[in-house]
Amino acid sequence: MTTIAIDLPRNYATEENTIVSWLFTKDHKRIALLFFASITFFFFIGGFAATMIRLHLATPGGLLQPSVYNRMFTVHGVMMVWFFLIPSIPNTFGNFFLPMMIGAHDLAFPRVNLLSWYVFNLSGLVLLYALVMGGIDTGWTFYPPYSTQYASGYVFAAALAVFINGFSSIMTSLNFVVTTHRLRAPGMTWLRLPLFVWAMYSVSIVMLTATPVLAMDMFLLCVERFIGVGMFDPSRGGDPILWQHMFWFYSHPAVYIMILPAMGVVSELISCYARRPIFGYLGMVMALMAIAIISFFVWAHHMFVAGISIYSAVVFSLLSFFVAVPSAIKVFNWTVSLHKGSIVFDAPMLYALGFVLLFTIGGLTGLIVATLAVDVHVHDTYFVIAHFHYIMVGGTVSAFFGGLHYWWPKMTGRFYPESWARFAATLTFVGFNLTFFPQFILGYLGMPRRYYTYVPAWESWNLLSSAGASILAVAYALPLFYLGWSLLYGRRAGPNPWGATGLEWTTPSPPPTHNWELTPTVKLGPYSYNPEDGSYITQDGVKHAYV
Amino acid sequence: MDQYHWVPFWPRTAALNAVVVNNLYIAELGLCGLIIAMVVGMMMTFCVRYRQGSTVSRADRVKKTWHWEITWTTATLVAFLVLFCWGASIYIWLFKTPPGDIEIYVVAKQWMWKFQHPGGQREIDTLHVPVDKTIRLVMASQDVIHSFFVPAFRVKRDVVSGTYETIWFKATKTGTYQIECSQFCGVQHATMKGYVVVMTPADYAAWLTSHGIRESLALQGEALFRQYGCSGCHGANSTVHAPTLVGLYGSIVHLQNGGAVRADERYIHDKILMPNEQIPAGYPSNVMPSFAGQISEDNILKLVAYIQSIGSQEFSR
Repeated sequence: MTTIAIDLPRNYATEENTIVSWLFTKDHKRIALLFFASITFFFFIGGFAATMIRLHLATPGGLLQPSVYNRMFTVHGVMMVWFFLIPSIPNTFGNFFLPMMIGAHDLAFPRVNLLSWYVFNLSGLVLLYALVMGGIDTGWTFYPPYSTQYASGYVFAAALAVFINGFSSIMTSLNFVVTTHRLRAPGMTWLRLPLFVWAMYSVSIVMLTATPVLAMDMFLLCVERFIGVGMFDPSRGGDPILWQHMFWFYSHPAVYIMILPAMGVVSELISCYARRPIFGYLGMVMALMAIAIISFFVWAHHMFVAGISIYSAVVFSLLSFFVAVPSAIKVFNWTVSLHKGSIVFDAPMLYALGFVLLFTIGGLTGLIVATLAVDVHVHDTYFVIAHFHYIMVGGTVSAFFGGLHYWWPKMTGRFYPESWARFAATLTFVGFNLTFFPQFILGYLGMPRRYYTYVPAWESWNLLSSAGASILAVAYALPLFYLGWSLLYGRRAGPNPWGATGLEWTTPSPPPTHNWELTPTVKLGPYSYNPEDGSYITQDGVKHAYV
Repeated sequence: MDQYHWVPFWPRTAALNAVVVNNLYIAELGLCGLIIAMVVGMMMTFCVRYRQGSTVSRADRVKKTWHWEITWTTATLVAFLVLFCWGASIYIWLFKTPPGDIEIYVVAKQWMWKFQHPGGQREIDTLHVPVDKTIRLVMASQDVIHSFFVPAFRVKRDVVSGTYETIWFKATKTGTYQIECSQFCGVQHATMKGYVVVMTPADYAAWLTSHGIRESLALQGEALFRQYGCSGCHGANSTVHAPTLVGLYGSIVHLQNGGAVRADERYIHDKILMPNEQIPAGYPSNVMPSFAGQISEDNILKLVAYIQSIGSQEFSR
């Protein structure tokens, strides 16, 4: 860090570089980096568990004890969902770039933002406590009566961790909503917002409204497990299906909490690297909002075989098909955004194109699981595992890495090594498909999820999947090394190395503490790229030639 | 057991609805393949044709995008609605359980499947059934939620604690097919497996005989009916103001609160455990004690079988 301080102009990272100044910072950019450190830590714990899962499943006999295996998939699920995927893009890139994209000097509530990070880490500590003391084996879904009456392990601590974690989500999303409403720069009308901002706005609304239900749910679980009041356990007068309703009322929108930000990132990337305006901006905005709203009305499609009434199953299936329509619109718009562009295949674009393909496969297999009769067969099998990993890992994690590379020069003032990054992006795509495509086949063959052992006939597909996972692990670990290297030795980046149009590119890289000396005035909407001569106009109205 | 001599791509298909689900699944794979080919095709074409440095003209880009948006919104919506209707109609057919030719009671517990045949034959983790007959399973869980899944039949249903779930299938091929538990139920979840043995009617009859004509479930239930003191109030000579159970099964019960409910297995089960819920019109509450915690799911099923045997013969659905 000190080497940067010597020869760079004063910026947010170097202004005052003491541990105290970082731990008590109110700067949204620093808090974004703090979140980045936290979620990277949790990502590698969750990733370690995933590695153990795939190593174990490479052969039917396996490596681990059944009870250890069950703990591994629970850790993997809980870590990845609440401690990586949900906060990943919003709390890092959202925190860093939402204010910059709308021309604000910070988020609306900087102290709440900092508090959100502390609460997040507190919840992480509680979860780590549960893991170190012996872990839990309920799966991330905590289905009672197993979780409340039969499971050994630290269910209470884990549920408490998820409960606390929710407050961090709520604080950050509240901050985003208020910031988007109140702190837009002069001229930044709603329909001039970059799609990333729209994605952050829509996801914040979902977080803000869904997370309290999760909190109630976890609270009731703790009440049942700790005090013995019958909420979900039928032997004590409760109803296990009630848990499933409440849990999925949060956890289905949570899937969209994970994917909406990724959609926002990818819209930025595709437009920038295709050097042309995004196709159908208004359609994209409406699709984001439609997904955010419809996502609240599809939860019971997780319960088609759980004994809900036939007619409610039919209604929820129909609504699930509806939510696929705006997703399809987005895929078509991204694809057609390449038409008559001038496409540059830098690493972020490779990640973005990978995202579109993997999201398409994930979305289309979503139709298959939304179809009632087929879901009866594939529900709770590896087909479902493959489907949601295509969305959450193929989709969200690809977009996360795409965004990380795209904004890296802005955040650090340095370029990442391009050929290494292209290699990592390609490796991610290959490794991902090798890991998860075989799981579609395993799922239709009938391999249920959460099995620590399986019939020998399924070995070849499992082995292939595990082999793919080892490639994927390398692809995910690589950036850690070359991005770390680039912090010290990377080539210096100017304010706008990609020739992008967003306001975040109109400040120096890295940006100064309050982003701008003077609040910028916005003259036009985003994505004013001209593929004919490569020129572009940043949102403050300045026309640039493409270099 | 499922035997494969080569890397398996497709599960075995051995029941009436498995064929139906296969057809729908293949149609969906076809549609998915078509859409993926379209997206990949467009993407590849554009990426090559409009790569930076190519000299193709970029003029006259599509400016009016809304009619494109409307086109693909409508197209996807129509395609999706077709899939929805197709899937939903099969689901309704599958989940509106018809009266079975044979009705088998299933109790799931960590980590085994217990089956009770109407003739009193009992087996664990193996279920013998005849081919080409509608088999109706009435399933209860002794502890946590399990899920009864036979991949070769494409049927699955959660066995939720505290309630009965029913499922049916009609096997079309003799053979041995794997049963799996597909809802995580504890440490040995992965070993909670069993086999359905589908036999010819003659073999099935032979199997039934060789496994002893024990007391039928209904007869065992009748003994329990006396043992637990049910007959004291619900019996023919009782002086207590309690409803008679003759003809109850399958009838419509009018409730004190003005509602009505069909007296199926689930209702009878719930009344034994929670007698003060769903009180029939004209009967007082707080008279019958609850048997929750005093009687196992196996025995409740026998009681249900007994009440069924003295009930209406023409109950359907």
